[in-house]
Amino acid sequence: MSTITTADAGLAAKPATSAMRIRLRSYRRAAVSILLAAAIYEALARAGMFAPALLPTIPTILRTLFSMLADGTMVWHASYTLYRVLFGFGLAMTLGIPLGILMARFRRVENFFLPLVSALMPIPSFSLLPLFLLWFGIGNMTTILIVFYASTFPILFNTWSGVRSVNPLWLRAAGAMGADEHKMFWKVIIPGASPFIITGMRQGFLRSWIAVIGAEMIAASQWGLGWVIFDSKEFLSTDIMLASVAVIGFIGFVFERVVFGALERATVQRWGMVRIAKG
Amino acid sequence: MPQIEVKDVSLVYDTPSGQVQGVKDANFTMEASEFLCLVGPSGCGKSTLLNIIAGFLAPTAGEILIGGKAISGHGLDRGVVFQDFAQLFPWRTALGNVAFGLEMKGVPKQERDEIAMQQLRLVKLERFANSYPHHLSGGMQQRVAIARALAYNPAVLLMDEPFAALDALTRDDMQRLLADVWRETRKTIIYVTHNVAEAVYLADRVVVMTPHPGTVKTEVPIALKRPRDPLSHEFLDYQKQLLQDLGEGVSKAA
Amino acid sequence: MQDAVTIAATPAAGRGTEQLRAIWRNAFPFILVGVVWEITAWSGIFHARLFPTLEEIAVTFVQLTIDGILPHHALDTLLRLLAAFGLAAVGGMTIGMLMGRSRRMEDLLLPLVSILAPIPGLAYAPLFLLWFGLGNVSALLLVAVVSSFPVIFNTWTGVKAVKEIWVRSAQSMGADDKRMFRYVILPGALPYVLTGLRLGLAQAWRILVAVEMLASVDWGLGWLTFGAREFLNTDVMLAGIATIGMIGLALEKLVFQKIENYTVVRWGMVAE
Repeated sequence: MSTITTADAGLAAKPATSAMRIRLRSYRRAAVSILLAAAIYEALARAGMFAPALLPTIPTILRTLFSMLADGTMVWHASYTLYRVLFGFGLAMTLGIPLGILMARFRRVENFFLPLVSALMPIPSFSLLPLFLLWFGIGNMTTILIVFYASTFPILFNTWSGVRSVNPLWLRAAGAMGADEHKMFWKVIIPGASPFIITGMRQGFLRSWIAVIGAEMIAASQWGLGWVIFDSKEFLSTDIMLASVAVIGFIGFVFERVVFGALERATVQRWGMVRIAKG
Repeated sequence: MPQIEVKDVSLVYDTPSGQVQGVKDANFTMEASEFLCLVGPSGCGKSTLLNIIAGFLAPTAGEILIGGKAISGHGLDRGVVFQDFAQLFPWRTALGNVAFGLEMKGVPKQERDEIAMQQLRLVKLERFANSYPHHLSGGMQQRVAIARALAYNPAVLLMDEPFAALDALTRDDMQRLLADVWRETRKTIIYVTHNVAEAVYLADRVVVMTPHPGTVKTEVPIALKRPRDPLSHEFLDYQKQLLQDLGEGVSKAA
Repeated sequence: MQDAVTIAATPAAGRGTEQLRAIWRNAFPFILVGVVWEITAWSGIFHARLFPTLEEIAVTFVQLTIDGILPHHALDTLLRLLAAFGLAAVGGMTIGMLMGRSRRMEDLLLPLVSILAPIPGLAYAPLFLLWFGLGNVSALLLVAVVSSFPVIFNTWTGVKAVKEIWVRSAQSMGADDKRMFRYVILPGALPYVLTGLRLGLAQAWRILVAVEMLASVDWGLGWLTFGAREFLNTDVMLAGIATIGMIGLALEKLVFQKIENYTVVRWGMVAE
């Protein structure tokens, strides 16, 4: 049996250049463009048009980064930030997932919460910052609450959508095979809604990461990646700023690919349920 | 002079598992206003060959002459109808779709719309001129696609299994409609299908292709008067003959 | 468990009652929350200035609107949004289209875009403040840059997702490159482009409010809300927050839904 279907042959057949060579060319170009961008930056930094404090050279940034890693300050900052994120995100999950499930299963609950949620959603978490500052002062509480507020909505919404869209056929089949409410819930509804729930978690984490940086700039007192960036402004320490930005990007990347990627691979990808849309 | 000449056309392409010969030394000719069917099992290269004639693929060897001139790339002298109904532009009404080729040719709006309406009348969809494709059924969308391909008067109409995705009843209706359209417009048509009965119903001549590599095995002229009766003895005889010709090809493909 | 959410059959009591019930259902949660708030405010658990009653908030809201203060701030913020997002939309769509149409552009730009995108926009804020100073320029640039990423990504995806079959049909009907772009690629990519613009606008709004607080711009809802902290004007703050939320909602519902309904929904390219 031919491996190429008529449809494939008709539309997709491209002569000569193999897929491998095209990919290698992509990598080459990626490397070129990154190096080019770095080179342009470096040239600008050394050109002397701007004060060296405003536009540090790449070696300077790297040196600052390594020294901050070595003496532990960067690690401290990152830990404080991560602590706030994970705490806030954890709270959001504890509220968002159960509430989403309840909203999807019980009309009454949905009727009560949906208008509230819809009204609160368009309010950016950052706009509540002054209010929280007033109520809770500067410190961890405020930051964590902002993170919590920011990440609850994606988690809640996605969970609610996910449970609502669990294929009724699965429920009927399970019911016919004797599943009671409890088993139905854990063995059919939760796995069935998992692509949505995971998407919600992913989006929620992204929001919390963004929220924590912003909140730390104003509401943190001493440690934290957001705080150190803001604080460095006073001393024109752009090298610290850029080093911290790099760390922020790196951690975000690690979470996105490694943590959520692994979660997806272990569950929805393995089951062939991946949703294509990514936020 | 024959209108279309396919001379020693071959196509080789790369796949992850090596080089595959899609089509090898395909040869046939066509007169103007002929209805030719390319028939064969999956993988015999009939769609590939059609795409080469349409100009979307370049052959690795051989050439194709239309009206004595070699083709290169696609052109307004060949109209195409694909199998997928999604070929219509969803952002244009049926009329808008049909008028597209005319728009590209620079025909002024009033004339375009008139010609487009004529084409829609030909396929019996004039009432749906202002509907968007997603409001039309699969059969209706294919009719619009046919009208679209005919509107700007190409010399040749190329059709790639246009009715394969429709249900059997609709398909029968569409075949009858196509036969009527052909009779009225006298276009030269090359029609690809894997459905033998469809080929016997529509074609003046059937070119049988076999896979591995895709080659023209034989040609069978259909000498039946139209309109053809799919249940008559002669019709079934032709079907049997074609199935026989395909028979070896089918077992090689499986 | 109900396996599908069913709507209870409406008795013959008529549409009027049904509508009233719907209104009550939607209003009830707010009424409940409002009552709880009032009780908390009156009870004196928190300092009166930190936890104003609903009447105080309402009065302040109305007062600020009449005095023209709230509209002035709102207008300033909206103008900034339009300017910044306008830049982001045009720039983002251009880059996205370039990336979608040319493999070379994609190879060159994608790595840069992928590296910059995941970094929270606010992280650049102090940097921009140092480079461009306090005030409008920093705010606009930052918002424009940050909100362009969703536009770029979605436009890029949209252009690549234009169906091959449309391109081929158009080619066989004589469309050259320019006309292909205008008549096929643009409308074909529209669902994605609109999604990108929608996400970008939401992002721009969020970041703008934040930047206004950080960058000490002269007027603006963010500035108003933040500044109210100085004098413990919680009522002003809440009025500001409410306005921010309402405008965000309006942008989403009024602007984008209308555009979508007129184009991609009408063409059946997107489920309603």
